[in-house]
Amino acid sequence: MDETIRKILAEYGHFPVDVAKIRDEDDLYQAGMTSHASVNVMLALEDEFEVEFPEVMLRKSTFESVAAIRIALDELTGS
Amino acid sequence: VITAPDSLGTDLSRHAERIGVEVAGVAADEVDRDARFPTEAFEALREESFLSVLIPTELGGRGATVGQVADIVFQLGRHCASTAMIFAMHQIQVASIVRHGDSAFFRDYLAEVAERQLLLASATTEIGVGGDVRTSVCTVERDPAGNIHLEKLAPVISYGEHADGILATARRDPESPPNDQVLVLCRPPGLMLEPISGWDTLGFRGTCSLGFRLVAEGGSQLILGDAYGDISSRTMLPVSHILWSSVWLGLATSAVDKARRFVRTEARKKPGVTPPSALRLAELLAQLQRMEELVSGTARRYDEICDDRDALDGMGFAITMNSLKVSTSTLVVEIVNRAMAICGMAGYREDSPYSLGRTLRDAHGAAVMVNNDRINSNTAQMLLVYKDD
Repeated sequence: MDETIRKILAEYGHFPVDVAKIRDEDDLYQAGMTSHASVNVMLALEDEFEVEFPEVMLRKSTFESVAAIRIALDELTGS
Repeated sequence: VITAPDSLGTDLSRHAERIGVEVAGVAADEVDRDARFPTEAFEALREESFLSVLIPTELGGRGATVGQVADIVFQLGRHCASTAMIFAMHQIQVASIVRHGDSAFFRDYLAEVAERQLLLASATTEIGVGGDVRTSVCTVERDPAGNIHLEKLAPVISYGEHADGILATARRDPESPPNDQVLVLCRPPGLMLEPISGWDTLGFRGTCSLGFRLVAEGGSQLILGDAYGDISSRTMLPVSHILWSSVWLGLATSAVDKARRFVRTEARKKPGVTPPSALRLAELLAQLQRMEELVSGTARRYDEICDDRDALDGMGFAITMNSLKVSTSTLVVEIVNRAMAICGMAGYREDSPYSLGRTLRDAHGAAVMVNNDRINSNTAQMLLVYKDD
């Protein structure tokens, strides 16, 4: 799952740095992800994992790190 | 009145109305004509300690809510749009420090703002970022002693030359990406402003929003603790949209007041015959009511959730706050236009008691200050993922 998350981040996050260099707990917004880019990341994650982020999850904290995204997806996919 | 009546709200509203009528309104034409700072209005506001109404009482303020401040702004906006807008912008800066400046330094600074009735301005826009305030070129630089230095080319800093302090956005450090921003308090003696452009506009002329090269330095305690992104989404943006909307509601109301007086005067000339403009007035009042309810409802909603971080961070809240600005900035122009149609030549003339020229010029500022297209694009983007079912 991490590999897919990172692939999506690399494609849609528009980071000025290599996504491979971002650690699991690093703040993605501080690493350069804008709120505009984060919506594209959300859309790509929804498509890839065939989930829908409910309203309560649509906030900055859900997408602030690779680890946070993984926790959210785990919750939605029930894995 | 925007908020539910209570003793503090009523007291503030009454004093604001007096300052609007007796001071700001009297100088408004001259402030507009000469594009000068509304000095006398701010002397009066300082005398009433209005610059610190949002500051908690234990720090010397009045502990007012944003809704109560919105009502002050509205009262001022009925008489001088520039006074109301400057007051609104100042309160937006104060709100940011009250809600995001937890350090001893910023608590002391708030007490100083209250004690000395300091006026705070904002430098968020920057030349080279295409109007995107969530992006900075300017950066905080640190010297070996730990002091900070920043330099910014700002296309506008409203009332910059009249402010006692300026909150400026900057990248966290020279290595930070453009969106990793902090908010820095810039103040004398560590603040230098060099004008780089003038302010000769259609409306809001008294805000004196010149462009400046800003150079600031001082200790690292001048940086607010929270990231600018959080300050912006939780406080600066919602409070801005509520208070700006209150300025525009004041403008719209002043135009409607003129239309009402005009229609009554017409009716008195021929009792028994309802003037055609009375029908237009009925339509206009319904529209004003829509705007009033929108502003007061959103202000109330903000005050209810302002301590609930989860609610403030939600996409639904951001969409609501964006929509408020787009709706009210559009409504104000429609309302003033309709008032002009009712008053006819009397409204079009510059030398009549029904003159709406200044109001119309000010009203057009609403859609261009933070362009509605930019705000709608942002909302459109969020709507791609947002669901509220």
